[in-house]
Amino acid sequence: MTSDAFVEFERVQKSYDGETLVVKDLNLSLPKGEFLTMLGPSGSGKTTCLMMLAGFETATHGEIKLDGKPINNIPPHKRGIGMVFQNYALFPHMTVAENLSFPLEVRRMGKSDREAKVKRALEMVQMGAFGGRRPAQLSGGQQQRIALARALVFEPELVLMDEPLGALDKQLREHMQFEITSIAHNLGITTVYVTHDQTEALTMSDRVAVFDDGRIQQLAPPDELYESPQNSFVAQFIGENNTLEGVVQEIRGDHCTVKLDDGSIIDAKPVNVSAVGDRTLVSIRPERVEMDKTRLSPDAHTLKAEVLEFIYMGDIFRTRLRVAGSDNFVIKTRNAPDQRRLTKGETIEIGWLADDCRALDA
Amino acid sequence: MADASVSEAKGGPMLAADGTPLKKSLSRALRRQKMRALALIAPLLVFVLLTFVLPIGDMLLRSIKNDIVAETLPATVVELADWDPEAEALPGDDVWMAFYVDMWFASERKEHTRLGTRLNYEQTGVSSLFRKTGRRVDRFDTDVYADQFVALDAAWENPATFASLLDSDAADALPVTADAWARWKDFNEEEGDKVLEEDVPDFLYTALYHDLSKAPQVSGPALSAAAAAVPGFETVSLPEQFEDADEDWMDPEVWKTIQLYSPRVTSGYFANAADMQLTPEGIQQRPENEQIYGTLFKRTLFMSLMITGSCILLAYPVAWLLANLPMRVANLLMILVLLPFWTSLLVRTSAWKVMLQQQGVINDVLVWLGLVADDARLTMINNQFGTIVAMTHILLPFMILPMYSVMQTIPPTYLRAAKSLGATNWTAFWRVYFPQSVPGIGAGSILVFILAIGYYITPEIVGGNTGTFISNRIAYHISSSLNWGLAAALGTILLVVVLVLYWAYDKIVGIDNVKLG
Repeated sequence: MTSDAFVEFERVQKSYDGETLVVKDLNLSLPKGEFLTMLGPSGSGKTTCLMMLAGFETATHGEIKLDGKPINNIPPHKRGIGMVFQNYALFPHMTVAENLSFPLEVRRMGKSDREAKVKRALEMVQMGAFGGRRPAQLSGGQQQRIALARALVFEPELVLMDEPLGALDKQLREHMQFEITSIAHNLGITTVYVTHDQTEALTMSDRVAVFDDGRIQQLAPPDELYESPQNSFVAQFIGENNTLEGVVQEIRGDHCTVKLDDGSIIDAKPVNVSAVGDRTLVSIRPERVEMDKTRLSPDAHTLKAEVLEFIYMGDIFRTRLRVAGSDNFVIKTRNAPDQRRLTKGETIEIGWLADDCRALDA
Repeated sequence: MADASVSEAKGGPMLAADGTPLKKSLSRALRRQKMRALALIAPLLVFVLLTFVLPIGDMLLRSIKNDIVAETLPATVVELADWDPEAEALPGDDVWMAFYVDMWFASERKEHTRLGTRLNYEQTGVSSLFRKTGRRVDRFDTDVYADQFVALDAAWENPATFASLLDSDAADALPVTADAWARWKDFNEEEGDKVLEEDVPDFLYTALYHDLSKAPQVSGPALSAAAAAVPGFETVSLPEQFEDADEDWMDPEVWKTIQLYSPRVTSGYFANAADMQLTPEGIQQRPENEQIYGTLFKRTLFMSLMITGSCILLAYPVAWLLANLPMRVANLLMILVLLPFWTSLLVRTSAWKVMLQQQGVINDVLVWLGLVADDARLTMINNQFGTIVAMTHILLPFMILPMYSVMQTIPPTYLRAAKSLGATNWTAFWRVYFPQSVPGIGAGSILVFILAIGYYITPEIVGGNTGTFISNRIAYHISSSLNWGLAAALGTILLVVVLVLYWAYDKIVGIDNVKLG
């Protein structure tokens, strides 16, 4: 563990029923000011982790430290952690200003201080004129801003967000993603953000922890996560991916050849395969598939592919191919003036750089 | 479209495509729907109207209706109107004469006892007065007049004489006789008899004497002769006859009561219900020792509030548990809450009797524990305490259920949010959870309070003297004293009190804030 860790999970386990572990041996540390996203499918244990950090669930085993101090036995209201809930949890019987003033009141802050802080917080989320409204009179996006302002108004050093944008429509969500990250970075607060939306995770975070089955599968910055997934779960969960199954035929340093189940040979980069003869799942991003042989090395292997479907999506073309017996091989090409538009039934030859094709665990 | 925009520009009403005003065509379109909806609810509406609204309306009207005096003593009521009750003197001859005739018919029709019962509510003793008098009224010594008229002219024995006389213009000179004759004819018709075949009753001779003694202008030989002879007749004093029947007739108070309750509409029942009484001087407070309804109303309100309060205190934690426990445990608890609902009210109330009485379970346990001496067992039943305990238990589900259904809608994240913002458990509850549960408290309170204020069986069984409600008094007047008018007046006051409280609640808390689910 690094010494400058602000939040630390040490060997944390959690079980609700005493029979199965929801969180299995979680180790995580994040420095001050980092925006970390916990990403994973539902039931992967990410929300449980967040609730343990907030103090609403207790860890069955292990220790959670905040700023170097163990907080396992500190009740939630003394942890001083700001939290934004999935459905905002704005108190319906209070006005917006009263909602914001609530955390300051329970901290026994003077009235004039309170009013100044509430005003500043409202202006921060551009809701200065809405102090007198009730939450029910606001739109979803506005409620979201108020919930954010309320979690920040008492100046916590750590803010937790539990799928805060889940209830918003796409456009608003994208806008709020940008707004939340810029506020978090401007204030320099540490943020732990939970979501199951990988786009959200990639666009907002400094680092992303991909959860599955109660464990962190990979903890990495977004670009690394996307481009160098450590295992097949991460590869399939993050972004779109083509997978082909086969057996490792030869390994030479960071290059290997894989014999697919239909007998064809491809180039790949060994990631977590260790020996010749291992079964592997190779994964390749749709946008990294190459149709132009001139861009590949002369000795690169290529595959024959039959075009099954061509979809015009505006900025890109999405083409579904039959490759090595799989009907779900997709390639994406940019909508550029010189780009080839494939037609259904056409047969083409495809290949890729060995570095773009990762041989992962089967 | 063009039509609409043109007419709008001119400032006229919006028009539909065919040129009719939009509002009219909309309401025409909606009318069919409304009629169909109305037809669907019609059976229930008619049922409720016939079995609920009409009987209650009729019952409430009884609180002011007072036909019985004017219908039983029509002539007396007219004559008595001129009597001055302040003079402390008995009414004059005209009243006695009218009363004699009225009483005669009333006793023949057996209506005098009903009237006596009615007036007995206002003055005790009147009932027996009327009963006694009713037995005597056709045996008054007024046959003296009959004998004298017949002695004068045998024709007076024949009903036809009266008929020819009183069905002609001559009747104008003999108003009392004419009126009595008309009623006699009606009476015979009711009975299925022929008036000309019946003997002329004594009161007709008395009336004739009464009219003639005033020396009216009369015509016709028989009548003129009678008029001339009347001043020399032997007389019978009607007041004395009545005094013979019952000397209370000499008490002006009786006459005052009859006069006060002559109108067909009276405020007397309401005055009674408010511990006041009608007097010739107006409505006055009853003497201290006769005031009971004020105390009863106050007690009813006080105890209903106590019951509502204790229900709130007991129900809140239970409702909270129900709303927050895991489903399986909550369902079990819900069955326990509903169990009393499935048990007969009488059984539950009787169970409390067993529990609370002096030789009952609780006292036995306390004595056994040595907390209470055997000769100083606690009195917990047949008083206010017993009523409050039993009714709180019985009405508790009505408080728990609305509270539960409101609490169920409060997501637990609110409490979490409050705690994450720095609130202690108590602050989070008091500032965040409690305000949101208020609508449930409101709904439960209205329900329990309104049920409690009209409760009857439980206070009747466990209330004793100090723990009964106004409803027990209403029931007494309905079924025992049969003073339905007073019962109706008490009921009306109760209804008004509840409506006023409901209105006040709406003003203070707002009825929109009441949620049943």
